[in-house]
Amino acid sequence: MAFADLLGITPYPALSVSILLVFLVTLLYLARSSGHNVILTLSRTLHDAFRLGAHALANAERRLAARNREVLLAAGREAKERIIEREFDRISDSVEKDLGAYPRFQRNLSEAIVRIEEDYQKTVDVPPDPPGWVKAVDAVAKIDARSDKMVGTILSDIHKSLVKAHEQAMEEYRAASGKRHALLRRMVPNWRRIQQNLNHVNKNVDSLLKRCQPIDRHMQEYEEIVRGTDRALQVISSSSLVQFFVSAFVLSVAVGGATINFSLIARPMAEMVGGTNFIGGFKTADIAALVIILVEISMGLFLMESLRITRLFPVIGALPDKLRIRMMWTTFGILLSLASIEAGLAYMREILMQDELATSAILRGGVMVENDFAWITTAAQMGLGFMLPFALVFVAIPLETLVHSLRTVVGLLAAGSLHLVGLSLRIIGGAIRLVGAVLIKLYDVLIFLPLWVEVGINKRSKSGSHSISEVSS
Amino acid sequence: MRRLTYLAVTALFVAGCSDAGPRNIGVYLLLDTSGTYTEQLDKAEQIINYTLTRLNGLDSFAVARIDTGSFSEKDIIAKVTFDDRPSAANAQKRLFSETIHTFLKSVRPASHTDITGGLLQAVQFLNEKEPGRKIIFIFSDLKEDLMEGYIRDFPVPMENFEVVALNVTKLSSDNIDPREYLDRLDMWQARVEAEGGSWRVINDLDRLERLL
Repeated sequence: MAFADLLGITPYPALSVSILLVFLVTLLYLARSSGHNVILTLSRTLHDAFRLGAHALANAERRLAARNREVLLAAGREAKERIIEREFDRISDSVEKDLGAYPRFQRNLSEAIVRIEEDYQKTVDVPPDPPGWVKAVDAVAKIDARSDKMVGTILSDIHKSLVKAHEQAMEEYRAASGKRHALLRRMVPNWRRIQQNLNHVNKNVDSLLKRCQPIDRHMQEYEEIVRGTDRALQVISSSSLVQFFVSAFVLSVAVGGATINFSLIARPMAEMVGGTNFIGGFKTADIAALVIILVEISMGLFLMESLRITRLFPVIGALPDKLRIRMMWTTFGILLSLASIEAGLAYMREILMQDELATSAILRGGVMVENDFAWITTAAQMGLGFMLPFALVFVAIPLETLVHSLRTVVGLLAAGSLHLVGLSLRIIGGAIRLVGAVLIKLYDVLIFLPLWVEVGINKRSKSGSHSISEVSS
Repeated sequence: MRRLTYLAVTALFVAGCSDAGPRNIGVYLLLDTSGTYTEQLDKAEQIINYTLTRLNGLDSFAVARIDTGSFSEKDIIAKVTFDDRPSAANAQKRLFSETIHTFLKSVRPASHTDITGGLLQAVQFLNEKEPGRKIIFIFSDLKEDLMEGYIRDFPVPMENFEVVALNVTKLSSDNIDPREYLDRLDMWQARVEAEGGSWRVINDLDRLERLL
């Protein structure tokens, strides 16, 4: 039934509208309780559903956050282990290099000390004593010479002998002292040598101690990671994000390099696989060029894995050293072959371009102008063709970083998205509840007239019953 | 996950195996060598060379003359299907250009103009080559002048053929009554389109980029 038909229930549309309004308001008034219930139930149900959804998302977010935390800590632990391992390798090299000569130093020191000791022993020898009869002579000399001339003569001789003996003793004493001084002088270079050796050892030990400082720092950070502290998590998270953006930037540069490489070899590839064959809408020559570049990148990855610079394939890293080195040389050989092929293709490209230009010039009735500097572009193309495959080898490093940091970034993004969706659901749930309350009020506004009458009747009946009760009492 | 993998593999398989049909072009150029039109043949060489620059590997190109009886392989001056390798295709283009140049230097005017016979020959040649796109260039004033006894009033099937009339010059009689020229163009257009082909006229040879 259309609205126009409803307006035609009486000959007067205004009357029809009035009747309809009265009917509608009466209907709404009669169904007030049920209507309120329906609105309330609907709003509560929707609110609860949204709240439930938000709760489920919050749980998922918590689980994801816990997983992200585990992943981050595991990644941080692994990275830190690698750093510490490398630091220990460096320390080991340093110890081998600096302290390898320590036994020699020790031998030098021991020899020098022994020499010094021997010389010292020699220097402590007592100087020769004056002859033993000096005391007897001294006693005789105390006899009074004036009483006896004979005694005076004897004493004079004794004095002469004593002076002579004294001079001899002094000579011997000087000679012995000179000898001791010479020995002490001879000790000086030994002392210097000992000092030099000790300085050298000291320098090496200092260098080692300095090298140990970063290890201490890394070990502290590692311990924090193992403990799973918030600070460690923050550091790893921010570092992971930085690594993600840096590696993405480097990879985009590498993609640029790969594109140039592609344009260098796609054209001449047409000479090998044909220029007009298609596979799934793409030129076979283009696909072949792309495959060559991808093979080069794969070989680069394997080479980096064999060198243990990256660890994307644990199987390669776990290979026995002999096999790993063999694999390294094999991948390098394949890369070298591919680089040589690319250089050849780049040369072929130049020849093809020259040929095409010459043909076009002939067909257009012009003359092909010889370019004296064409060899420069040819050489540059060949050089690029040879170098780019090796440059692409290093893609493995940012790729590994990107793969590892991607886990963190994706985890953070997913957690953020879950949080956002959960928040939205909570807000929508709250809004629906409010809308339900507003709708109930609006419902009452529509039937305000009968409600007002009802309130009036209620008041009157209350006052009536009140007066009756007063009268009866 | 497994369903997704199946879907991806199927999509790859379909994409790999989908046959979009041949992508090469077959071009047949009919060269009017009758009467005074031979004076225009220098322009024909320009068009042929331009066409050669635009064709790639596996494309086919044939140039045939329109003379008294054009429904004959003998009227084909040069024909080639270009090699898949660009270097070989370039060599073929140079040789083709030389052959045409030699022919145009020594061409003698024909007494009659059998355009329909040439068209029929072109259709047969291109149908045999089965290219992805079939194009017939008619370098002529479109004035057919059949020798007595030659029957050409039958339909020539030209479905999926693009027919391009080039350098349709005005005859002296067209100047007296231009309707003759317009009627001639309309007649050929109606004939080609009635047989399922498409029709174009290019008289401005400075804008050859519209040719292919």
